[in-house]
Amino acid sequence: MSVVAENLRWGVKRKTIVSDVSLTVAPGETLGLIGPNGSGKSSLLRLLAGLRKPLSGRVEINGRDIAQIPRKVLSRQVAFVQQSAATDTNVTVRDVVRLGRTPHRSALAGWSEPDETAVAHALDRVDMTSRRAQPWQTLSGGERQRVHIARALAQTPQVMFLDEPTNHLDIHHQIEILRMVRDLDLTSVIALHDLNLAAMFCDRILVLEAGVLRACGTPDAVLTQAILRDVFRVTAHVSGSPDAGRPHIRFSSE
Amino acid sequence: MASVASEGRTVRLALFLCLSLIVLAFAVAAATAIGDYNIGLGTVFLSVTNELGLTGAEIAPIEQSVVWNLRLSRALVAALAGAGLAICGAILQALLRNTLAEPFVLGVSAGASTGAVCVIVLGIGAGSLSLSLGAFAGAFAAFALVALLSNGATSGPNHTILAGVAASQLFNALTSYIVTTSGNAQQARDVMFWLLGSFGGVRWPDFQLLLVVVIVSLSVCIWMARSLDAFTFGDEDAAALGVPVARIRLVLFGVTALLTATVVSMVGAIGFVGLVVPHAARYVVGPLHLRLLPACAMVGAVFMVVADIASRVIAAQQTVPIGVVTALVGVPFFAIILYQARPQS
Repeated sequence: MSVVAENLRWGVKRKTIVSDVSLTVAPGETLGLIGPNGSGKSSLLRLLAGLRKPLSGRVEINGRDIAQIPRKVLSRQVAFVQQSAATDTNVTVRDVVRLGRTPHRSALAGWSEPDETAVAHALDRVDMTSRRAQPWQTLSGGERQRVHIARALAQTPQVMFLDEPTNHLDIHHQIEILRMVRDLDLTSVIALHDLNLAAMFCDRILVLEAGVLRACGTPDAVLTQAILRDVFRVTAHVSGSPDAGRPHIRFSSE
Repeated sequence: MASVASEGRTVRLALFLCLSLIVLAFAVAAATAIGDYNIGLGTVFLSVTNELGLTGAEIAPIEQSVVWNLRLSRALVAALAGAGLAICGAILQALLRNTLAEPFVLGVSAGASTGAVCVIVLGIGAGSLSLSLGAFAGAFAAFALVALLSNGATSGPNHTILAGVAASQLFNALTSYIVTTSGNAQQARDVMFWLLGSFGGVRWPDFQLLLVVVIVSLSVCIWMARSLDAFTFGDEDAAALGVPVARIRLVLFGVTALLTATVVSMVGAIGFVGLVVPHAARYVVGPLHLRLLPACAMVGAVFMVVADIASRVIAAQQTVPIGVVTALVGVPFFAIILYQARPQS
């Protein structure tokens, strides 16, 4: 499914947080959202996922304006993973992943075969099958993040939005999660802080600065010394890597 | 294997509900038999079947009347009130994502007491019907204020809780003001007794009204149980799972306010049940609301009937206010759960 946004604008009170952003994500593509803190990555992601209403502009998923689609129907196609969501409730891993089936179930419907398959598959994808009975409170930060992703997968979405999914993860799981998201047969938009990971796993990268789209394109077209200096205010050396078109960034301490 | 686990939980819930239904039946029978004037369980049973037209056994009319007109209606109202308060507690703990939430967190009891005081002290209207009406009106005034302050209950849990605190403070202050400026000692005592709760004056019409309100509320809540589960990780997560967050919040806050206001207007602000019973029930049947809500209703009902029995037998020739008993019985019980559920670190 494709995701198309036209002239999105959003803000609170008089402060504009996302201004006039347009973008297109092709079916199956992985788009990385990067930008400094407060550049509007999370807000843009929520606008795209339909969790916030833009002041102006529109989002189309698979050619349909999401403002016209009921929330429940949209959630069967679109999953959203927020950063480190927490709870005090004493739930198990399996309970949490089962929540992903919420949009597919009517109020009193029983647990169906497709529900079970989706949950088992999702647990398997994030390598948590053997720990499905474990209480949520006993998981590490990284494990919680993987369970959140499994819950999103249990929605069997065609589009997935992830807000910094690699926070709290060790480097092995960071790469594991991003590789998994890239290899999934779905369209995804990921907000990321780590520029090298963005370069490694995203088909295209979009750079936001103060709510404005600064650049959008393939990693080697976007991650240039000039952009790193102007937007991220760092001096860096960008070199080609063995993977064609995937630059490697080495930051300078000077 | 996973579905076996799920079936195991369903069987466990069914067993639990059956067991608690039996316990509830015994508790109600005991509540009907025990009093200043004890009546045998056999007589209690025959009185009830007589009234239902099933038997024609010969029983002293006074005993028959005490069983049917005084004690049975009282025990059944106690059961419904306990069930209602426990359901409200479970709903609010989920919606506000706060383990300390209870039915009175939205200012409903404070509002009800102001309404009741207006009737008792200022003498607006007279008789028990207008007392209930006054309490009900006050409860809804408080809820309306909370809804207004929290932007139709859509502005997030903490904001809603703060709005509830503000409303409670305001209405408690109004109550105190009215009592201290225009009440005499006897009126102040009446008010205090009312605030601590009493099943003393309830009759069959109360039971009928409460039965309808509890059944309707429980049905609405169970219908929305899946959506309540989706609030586990907060409002935004629930929205991402396809739950119409604003609508669910408003409907469920409305239902809990209605249910709480109805209970409080009949029997006063009985504390502790709505806070503790959901925790106890969660401990037995787990956190998913499709199981939790029926379990809460049963545990709340049994707890309240037992507390009502205790309130009549603790002190000879006196009825201890039910709110005092729920706390006295409930706190040790809660302490055990807290101790067993303490973090293992």
